[in-house]
Amino acid sequence: MENYLLILIATVFVNNIVMSKILGLCPFMGVSRKLETAIGMGAATTFVLTLASGTSYLIDTYLLGHDLAYLRTLSFIVVIAGIVGFTEMFIKKTSPVLFRVLGIYLPLITTNCAVLGIPLLNVMEQHNFMESLFFGMGGALGFTLVLVLFAAMRERLEAAEVPKPFKGTSIAMITAGLMSLAFMGFAGLIK
Amino acid sequence: MLSAILVMAGIGLVLGAILGWASIKFRVEDDPLVEKIDAVLPQTQCGQCGFPGCKPYAEAIARGEADINKCPPGGEEGVKHLAELLGVEPKPLGEGLEPKPKAVAVIDENTCIGCTLCIQACPVDAIVGAAKQMHVIVASQCTGCELCLPPCPVDCIHMEVIKEDVATWKWRYPIHTMKQVE
Repeated sequence: MENYLLILIATVFVNNIVMSKILGLCPFMGVSRKLETAIGMGAATTFVLTLASGTSYLIDTYLLGHDLAYLRTLSFIVVIAGIVGFTEMFIKKTSPVLFRVLGIYLPLITTNCAVLGIPLLNVMEQHNFMESLFFGMGGALGFTLVLVLFAAMRERLEAAEVPKPFKGTSIAMITAGLMSLAFMGFAGLIK
Repeated sequence: MLSAILVMAGIGLVLGAILGWASIKFRVEDDPLVEKIDAVLPQTQCGQCGFPGCKPYAEAIARGEADINKCPPGGEEGVKHLAELLGVEPKPLGEGLEPKPKAVAVIDENTCIGCTLCIQACPVDAIVGAAKQMHVIVASQCTGCELCLPPCPVDCIHMEVIKEDVATWKWRYPIHTMKQVE
Protein backbone atom coordinates (compact mmCIF):
# COMPACT_ATOMS: atom_id res chain seq x y z
CA MET A 1 0.00 0.00 0.00
CA GLU A 2 2.80 2.36 0.95
CA ASN A 3 4.38 1.56 -2.37
CA TYR A 4 1.33 2.80 -4.29
CA LEU A 5 1.14 5.97 -2.22
CA LEU A 6 4.78 6.65 -3.01
CA ILE A 7 4.12 6.14 -6.73
CA LEU A 8 1.20 8.58 -6.57
CA ILE A 9 3.21 11.28 -4.78
CA ALA A 10 6.20 10.72 -7.01
CA THR A 11 4.23 11.08 -10.23
CA VAL A 12 2.07 13.99 -9.07
CA PHE A 13 4.82 16.15 -7.55
CA VAL A 14 8.36 14.90 -8.10
CA ASN A 15 8.29 13.51 -11.63
CA ASN A 16 5.37 15.61 -12.78
CA ILE A 17 4.62 14.62 -16.35
CA VAL A 18 4.36 18.19 -17.62
CA MET A 19 6.78 20.02 -15.38
CA SER A 20 9.76 17.66 -15.26
CA LYS A 21 9.20 15.25 -18.16
CA ILE A 22 7.93 18.05 -20.48
CA LEU A 23 5.22 15.85 -21.97
CA GLY A 24 1.69 16.92 -22.83
CA LEU A 25 2.51 20.57 -23.50
CA CYS A 26 -0.11 20.97 -26.23
CA PRO A 27 -3.18 20.78 -23.97
CA PHE A 28 -1.16 22.47 -21.20
CA MET A 29 -0.88 25.62 -23.30
CA GLY A 30 -4.07 25.12 -25.32
CA VAL A 31 -6.78 24.37 -22.75
CA SER A 32 -5.49 26.49 -19.87
CA ARG A 33 -7.25 29.73 -20.79
CA LYS A 34 -10.24 29.04 -18.58
CA LEU A 35 -10.50 27.21 -15.29
CA GLU A 36 -13.61 25.17 -16.14
CA THR A 37 -12.14 23.85 -19.39
CA ALA A 38 -8.94 22.97 -17.56
CA ILE A 39 -10.84 20.96 -14.96
CA GLY A 40 -12.89 19.19 -17.65
CA MET A 41 -9.81 18.42 -19.71
CA GLY A 42 -8.01 17.15 -16.60
CA ALA A 43 -10.90 14.83 -15.73
CA ALA A 44 -11.14 13.47 -19.29
CA THR A 45 -7.38 12.92 -19.47
CA THR A 46 -7.36 11.19 -16.07
CA PHE A 47 -10.05 8.79 -17.25
CA VAL A 48 -8.28 8.05 -20.53
CA LEU A 49 -4.81 7.79 -19.03
CA THR A 50 -5.78 5.40 -16.21
CA LEU A 51 -7.63 3.13 -18.63
CA ALA A 52 -4.85 3.38 -21.20
CA SER A 53 -2.05 2.44 -18.81
CA GLY A 54 -4.02 -0.55 -17.52
CA THR A 55 -4.95 -1.90 -20.97
CA SER A 56 -1.54 -1.25 -22.46
CA TYR A 57 0.07 -3.16 -19.58
CA LEU A 58 -2.22 -6.12 -20.30
CA ILE A 59 -1.51 -5.94 -24.03
CA ASP A 60 2.22 -5.65 -23.52
CA THR A 61 2.41 -8.55 -21.06
CA TYR A 62 -0.04 -11.05 -22.51
CA LEU A 63 -0.19 -10.23 -26.23
CA LEU A 64 3.16 -8.80 -27.23
CA GLY A 65 5.69 -10.30 -24.84
CA HIS A 66 9.32 -10.27 -25.97
CA ASP A 67 8.76 -11.49 -29.52
CA LEU A 68 6.50 -8.69 -30.64
CA ALA A 69 7.98 -5.86 -28.57
CA TYR A 70 8.44 -3.83 -31.76
CA LEU A 71 4.64 -3.53 -32.01
CA ARG A 72 4.51 -1.71 -28.67
CA THR A 73 4.16 1.91 -29.85
CA LEU A 74 1.80 0.97 -32.66
CA SER A 75 -0.57 -1.09 -30.52
CA PHE A 76 -0.53 1.47 -27.68
CA ILE A 77 -1.55 4.22 -30.10
CA VAL A 78 -4.38 2.07 -31.45
CA VAL A 79 -5.62 1.29 -27.94
CA ILE A 80 -5.42 4.95 -26.86
CA ALA A 81 -7.32 6.06 -29.97
CA GLY A 82 -10.02 3.50 -29.18
CA ILE A 83 -10.32 4.62 -25.56
CA VAL A 84 -10.49 8.28 -26.58
CA GLY A 85 -13.24 7.46 -29.08
CA PHE A 86 -15.14 5.69 -26.32
CA THR A 87 -14.64 8.62 -23.91
CA GLU A 88 -15.86 11.06 -26.56
CA MET A 89 -19.12 9.15 -27.01
CA PHE A 90 -19.50 8.78 -23.25
CA ILE A 91 -19.05 12.53 -22.58
CA LYS A 92 -21.29 13.48 -25.51
CA LYS A 93 -24.04 11.38 -23.95
CA THR A 94 -23.55 12.31 -20.30
CA SER A 95 -22.48 15.96 -20.47
CA PRO A 96 -23.15 17.81 -23.76
CA VAL A 97 -21.97 21.06 -22.15
CA LEU A 98 -18.54 19.67 -21.32
CA PHE A 99 -18.46 18.15 -24.80
CA ARG A 100 -18.99 21.56 -26.41
CA VAL A 101 -16.49 23.26 -24.07
CA LEU A 102 -13.71 20.74 -24.70
CA GLY A 103 -14.39 20.81 -28.44
CA ILE A 104 -11.41 19.84 -30.55
CA TYR A 105 -9.20 19.12 -27.53
CA LEU A 106 -11.17 16.00 -26.66
CA PRO A 107 -10.20 13.99 -29.77
CA LEU A 108 -6.75 15.60 -29.46
CA ILE A 109 -6.16 13.58 -26.26
CA THR A 110 -5.24 10.86 -28.76
CA THR A 111 -2.16 12.81 -29.77
CA ASN A 112 -1.37 14.00 -26.25
CA CYS A 113 2.16 12.71 -25.84
CA ALA A 114 1.67 12.29 -22.07
CA VAL A 115 -0.97 9.65 -22.78
CA LEU A 116 1.42 7.62 -24.94
CA GLY A 117 4.44 8.49 -22.78
CA ILE A 118 3.10 7.04 -19.55
CA PRO A 119 2.34 3.52 -20.88
CA LEU A 120 5.79 3.48 -22.51
CA LEU A 121 7.43 4.60 -19.24
CA ASN A 122 5.45 1.86 -17.47
CA VAL A 123 7.02 -0.75 -19.70
CA MET A 124 10.49 0.76 -19.34
CA GLU A 125 10.32 0.82 -15.53
CA GLN A 126 8.88 -2.74 -15.46
CA HIS A 127 5.83 -1.91 -13.35
CA ASN A 128 3.31 -4.62 -12.57
CA PHE A 129 -0.41 -4.18 -13.28
CA MET A 130 -1.39 -2.25 -10.14
CA GLU A 131 1.75 -0.12 -10.29
CA SER A 132 0.95 0.70 -13.92
CA LEU A 133 -2.57 1.76 -12.98
CA PHE A 134 -1.34 3.98 -10.15
CA PHE A 135 1.47 5.38 -12.29
CA GLY A 136 -1.08 6.28 -14.98
CA MET A 137 -3.51 7.78 -12.52
CA GLY A 138 -0.76 9.70 -10.70
CA GLY A 139 0.59 11.05 -13.96
CA ALA A 140 -2.88 12.18 -14.99
CA LEU A 141 -3.58 13.73 -11.58
CA GLY A 142 -0.27 15.60 -11.80
CA PHE A 143 -1.26 16.77 -15.28
CA THR A 144 -4.63 17.94 -13.95
CA LEU A 145 -2.99 19.69 -11.00
CA VAL A 146 -0.58 21.78 -13.07
CA LEU A 147 -3.25 22.42 -15.72
CA VAL A 148 -5.67 23.79 -13.10
CA LEU A 149 -2.95 25.82 -11.34
CA PHE A 150 -1.75 27.20 -14.63
CA ALA A 151 -5.29 28.06 -15.79
CA ALA A 152 -5.95 29.90 -12.53
CA MET A 153 -2.75 31.90 -13.01
CA ARG A 154 -3.58 32.70 -16.62
CA GLU A 155 -7.03 33.93 -15.63
CA ARG A 156 -5.36 36.38 -13.27
CA LEU A 157 -2.79 37.33 -15.89
CA GLU A 158 -5.65 38.40 -18.16
CA ALA A 159 -6.46 41.16 -15.68
CA ALA A 160 -2.84 42.02 -14.84
CA GLU A 161 -0.94 44.87 -16.43
CA VAL A 162 1.54 42.98 -18.57
CA PRO A 163 4.10 44.97 -20.59
CA LYS A 164 3.12 44.96 -24.23
CA PRO A 165 5.92 42.72 -25.61
CA PHE A 166 5.04 40.01 -23.06
CA LYS A 167 1.28 39.99 -23.63
CA GLY A 168 -0.58 36.78 -24.49
CA THR A 169 1.30 33.58 -25.16
CA SER A 170 4.75 34.91 -24.25
CA ILE A 171 3.84 35.64 -20.63
CA ALA A 172 2.14 32.23 -20.51
CA MET A 173 5.38 30.58 -21.64
CA ILE A 174 7.37 32.47 -19.01
CA THR A 175 4.83 31.48 -16.35
CA ALA A 176 5.11 27.84 -17.43
CA GLY A 177 8.91 28.04 -17.14
CA LEU A 178 8.71 29.55 -13.65
CA MET A 179 6.22 26.86 -12.63
CA SER A 180 8.58 24.19 -13.89
CA LEU A 181 11.38 25.75 -11.83
CA ALA A 182 9.13 25.74 -8.77
CA PHE A 183 8.34 22.05 -9.29
CA MET A 184 12.09 21.35 -9.22
CA GLY A 185 11.75 22.11 -5.51
CA PHE A 186 10.03 18.75 -5.03
CA ALA A 187 13.06 16.91 -6.40
CA GLY A 188 14.42 15.87 -3.01
CA LEU A 189 11.04 14.85 -1.56
CA ILE A 190 11.42 11.10 -2.10
CA LYS A 191 14.81 9.46 -1.88
CA MET B 1 5.26 -11.87 -38.95
CA LEU B 2 1.96 -13.72 -39.06
CA SER B 3 1.51 -13.46 -35.31
CA ALA B 4 2.15 -9.69 -35.48
CA ILE B 5 -0.58 -9.29 -38.09
CA LEU B 6 -2.93 -11.49 -36.07
CA VAL B 7 -2.28 -9.52 -32.87
CA MET B 8 -2.90 -6.14 -34.51
CA ALA B 9 -6.00 -7.45 -36.31
CA GLY B 10 -7.25 -8.87 -33.01
CA ILE B 11 -6.76 -5.57 -31.18
CA GLY B 12 -8.49 -3.77 -34.03
CA LEU B 13 -11.45 -6.17 -33.98
CA VAL B 14 -11.93 -5.97 -30.20
CA LEU B 15 -11.68 -2.15 -30.17
CA GLY B 16 -14.02 -1.93 -33.16
CA ALA B 17 -16.56 -4.12 -31.39
CA ILE B 18 -16.36 -2.01 -28.20
CA LEU B 19 -16.70 1.25 -30.13
CA GLY B 20 -19.58 -0.12 -32.18
CA TRP B 21 -21.37 -1.20 -29.04
CA ALA B 22 -20.69 2.18 -27.41
CA SER B 23 -22.01 4.12 -30.40
CA ILE B 24 -25.31 2.24 -30.08
CA LYS B 25 -25.43 2.43 -26.30
CA PHE B 26 -24.48 6.12 -26.08
CA ARG B 27 -26.34 7.34 -29.16
CA VAL B 28 -27.32 10.99 -28.97
CA GLU B 29 -30.46 11.91 -30.83
CA ASP B 30 -29.95 15.03 -32.87
CA ASP B 31 -33.26 16.85 -33.00
CA PRO B 32 -34.72 16.01 -36.43
CA LEU B 33 -37.22 18.85 -36.04
CA VAL B 34 -34.45 21.47 -36.34
CA GLU B 35 -33.41 20.07 -39.72
CA LYS B 36 -37.00 20.12 -40.98
CA ILE B 37 -37.61 23.72 -39.83
CA ASP B 38 -34.28 24.79 -41.30
CA ALA B 39 -35.28 23.27 -44.63
CA VAL B 40 -38.43 25.43 -44.73
CA LEU B 41 -36.61 28.69 -43.93
CA PRO B 42 -35.40 30.66 -46.98
CA GLN B 43 -31.66 30.53 -46.03
CA THR B 44 -31.05 34.21 -46.69
CA GLN B 45 -29.16 34.37 -43.35
CA CYS B 46 -30.41 37.96 -43.08
CA GLY B 47 -30.90 38.03 -39.30
CA GLN B 48 -34.17 39.99 -39.42
CA CYS B 49 -35.67 37.43 -37.06
CA GLY B 50 -33.20 38.54 -34.38
CA PHE B 51 -31.12 35.36 -34.57
CA PRO B 52 -27.70 35.16 -36.23
CA GLY B 53 -28.90 33.12 -39.20
CA CYS B 54 -31.53 30.64 -40.28
CA LYS B 55 -30.20 27.62 -38.35
CA PRO B 56 -30.19 29.37 -34.94
CA TYR B 57 -33.72 30.60 -35.64
CA ALA B 58 -34.75 27.03 -36.49
CA GLU B 59 -33.23 25.81 -33.22
CA ALA B 60 -35.06 28.51 -31.28
CA ILE B 61 -38.35 27.54 -32.90
CA ALA B 62 -37.72 23.89 -32.09
CA ARG B 63 -37.08 24.78 -28.45
CA GLY B 64 -40.27 26.82 -28.42
CA GLU B 65 -38.42 30.05 -27.67
CA ALA B 66 -39.27 31.87 -30.90
CA ASP B 67 -42.48 32.50 -32.77
CA ILE B 68 -42.91 31.18 -36.29
CA ASN B 69 -43.77 34.61 -37.72
CA LYS B 70 -40.38 36.30 -37.53
CA CYS B 71 -39.14 35.62 -41.04
CA PRO B 72 -39.94 38.37 -43.59
CA PRO B 73 -38.04 36.81 -46.52
CA GLY B 74 -40.12 33.66 -46.09
CA GLY B 75 -43.30 35.72 -46.18
CA GLU B 76 -46.81 34.50 -45.38
CA GLU B 77 -46.05 31.38 -47.39
CA GLY B 78 -43.15 30.48 -45.11
CA VAL B 79 -45.23 31.02 -41.98
CA LYS B 80 -47.90 28.75 -43.42
CA HIS B 81 -45.36 26.01 -44.10
CA LEU B 82 -43.92 26.32 -40.59
CA ALA B 83 -47.42 26.18 -39.10
CA GLU B 84 -48.18 23.03 -41.08
CA LEU B 85 -44.92 21.43 -39.98
CA LEU B 86 -45.42 22.25 -36.33
CA GLY B 87 -49.18 21.69 -36.27
CA VAL B 88 -50.05 25.18 -34.98
CA GLU B 89 -52.25 27.96 -36.30
CA PRO B 90 -50.53 30.17 -38.88
CA LYS B 91 -50.09 33.76 -37.67
CA PRO B 92 -49.67 36.95 -39.62
CA LEU B 93 -46.08 38.12 -39.85
CA GLY B 94 -44.83 39.88 -36.73
CA GLU B 95 -45.06 43.60 -36.21
CA GLY B 96 -42.89 45.61 -38.57
CA LEU B 97 -42.15 42.43 -40.43
CA GLU B 98 -44.80 42.66 -43.20
CA PRO B 99 -43.51 41.23 -46.43
CA LYS B 100 -42.03 44.03 -48.50
CA PRO B 101 -41.99 44.01 -52.26
CA LYS B 102 -38.82 42.35 -53.46
CA ALA B 103 -36.04 44.92 -53.63
CA VAL B 104 -32.32 45.18 -54.11
CA ALA B 105 -29.93 47.60 -52.44
CA VAL B 106 -28.28 50.18 -54.67
CA ILE B 107 -25.24 52.28 -53.78
CA ASP B 108 -25.15 55.92 -54.84
CA GLU B 109 -21.67 55.90 -56.26
CA ASN B 110 -21.14 59.66 -56.00
CA THR B 111 -21.52 59.69 -52.22
CA CYS B 112 -19.80 56.36 -51.42
CA ILE B 113 -16.56 56.99 -49.52
CA GLY B 114 -15.33 53.40 -49.70
CA CYS B 115 -15.42 52.62 -45.99
CA THR B 116 -16.13 48.86 -46.47
CA LEU B 117 -18.63 48.85 -43.56
CA CYS B 118 -21.46 47.62 -45.78
CA ILE B 119 -19.24 44.85 -47.16
CA GLN B 120 -18.73 43.54 -43.66
CA ALA B 121 -22.46 43.70 -42.95
CA CYS B 122 -23.57 41.86 -46.09
CA PRO B 123 -24.51 38.26 -45.19
CA VAL B 124 -24.30 36.97 -48.75
CA ASP B 125 -21.14 38.78 -49.96
CA ALA B 126 -23.09 40.63 -52.62
CA ILE B 127 -21.09 43.86 -52.25
CA VAL B 128 -17.74 44.21 -54.00
CA GLY B 129 -15.18 46.95 -53.47
CA ALA B 130 -12.08 47.78 -51.46
CA ALA B 131 -11.04 50.38 -48.91
CA LYS B 132 -11.34 53.91 -50.35
CA GLN B 133 -12.67 52.41 -53.58
CA MET B 134 -16.25 52.79 -54.65
CA HIS B 135 -18.46 49.80 -53.78
CA VAL B 136 -20.95 48.11 -56.04
CA ILE B 137 -23.78 45.72 -55.22
CA VAL B 138 -24.17 42.62 -57.34
CA ALA B 139 -27.91 42.80 -57.92
CA SER B 140 -28.31 39.13 -58.75
CA GLN B 141 -26.81 38.14 -55.37
CA CYS B 142 -28.63 40.71 -53.23
CA THR B 143 -31.40 39.21 -51.10
CA GLY B 144 -32.85 42.58 -50.13
CA CYS B 145 -32.27 42.02 -46.41
CA GLU B 146 -31.42 45.71 -45.75
CA LEU B 147 -28.59 44.86 -43.35
CA CYS B 148 -26.22 47.15 -45.25
CA LEU B 149 -28.38 50.24 -44.70
CA PRO B 150 -27.65 51.01 -41.00
CA PRO B 151 -23.82 50.75 -41.06
CA CYS B 152 -23.39 53.19 -43.98
CA PRO B 153 -22.00 56.45 -42.50
CA VAL B 154 -23.04 58.61 -45.45
CA ASP B 155 -26.43 56.96 -46.14
CA CYS B 156 -25.59 56.30 -49.73
CA ILE B 157 -27.44 52.98 -49.94
CA HIS B 158 -31.12 52.83 -50.74
CA MET B 159 -33.50 50.02 -51.58
CA GLU B 160 -34.94 49.85 -55.07
CA VAL B 161 -38.07 47.82 -55.64
CA ILE B 162 -37.66 45.39 -58.48
CA LYS B 163 -40.22 46.29 -61.11
CA GLU B 164 -41.98 43.48 -62.83
CA ASP B 165 -40.84 43.23 -66.41
CA VAL B 166 -40.17 40.42 -68.84
CA ALA B 167 -36.91 39.50 -67.13
CA THR B 168 -38.09 39.47 -63.53
CA TRP B 169 -41.70 38.31 -63.83
CA LYS B 170 -42.33 34.91 -62.31
CA TRP B 171 -45.33 32.65 -62.09
CA ARG B 172 -47.09 33.08 -58.77
CA TYR B 173 -46.89 30.10 -56.46
CA PRO B 174 -50.10 28.15 -56.93
CA ILE B 175 -52.32 28.38 -53.88
CA HIS B 176 -54.67 25.45 -53.53
CA THR B 177 -57.26 24.93 -50.89
CA MET B 178 -56.54 21.76 -48.97
CA LYS B 179 -59.01 18.95 -49.54
CA GLN B 180 -59.42 16.01 -47.24
CA VAL B 181 -58.78 12.78 -49.15
CA GLU B 182 -61.17 10.02 -48.25
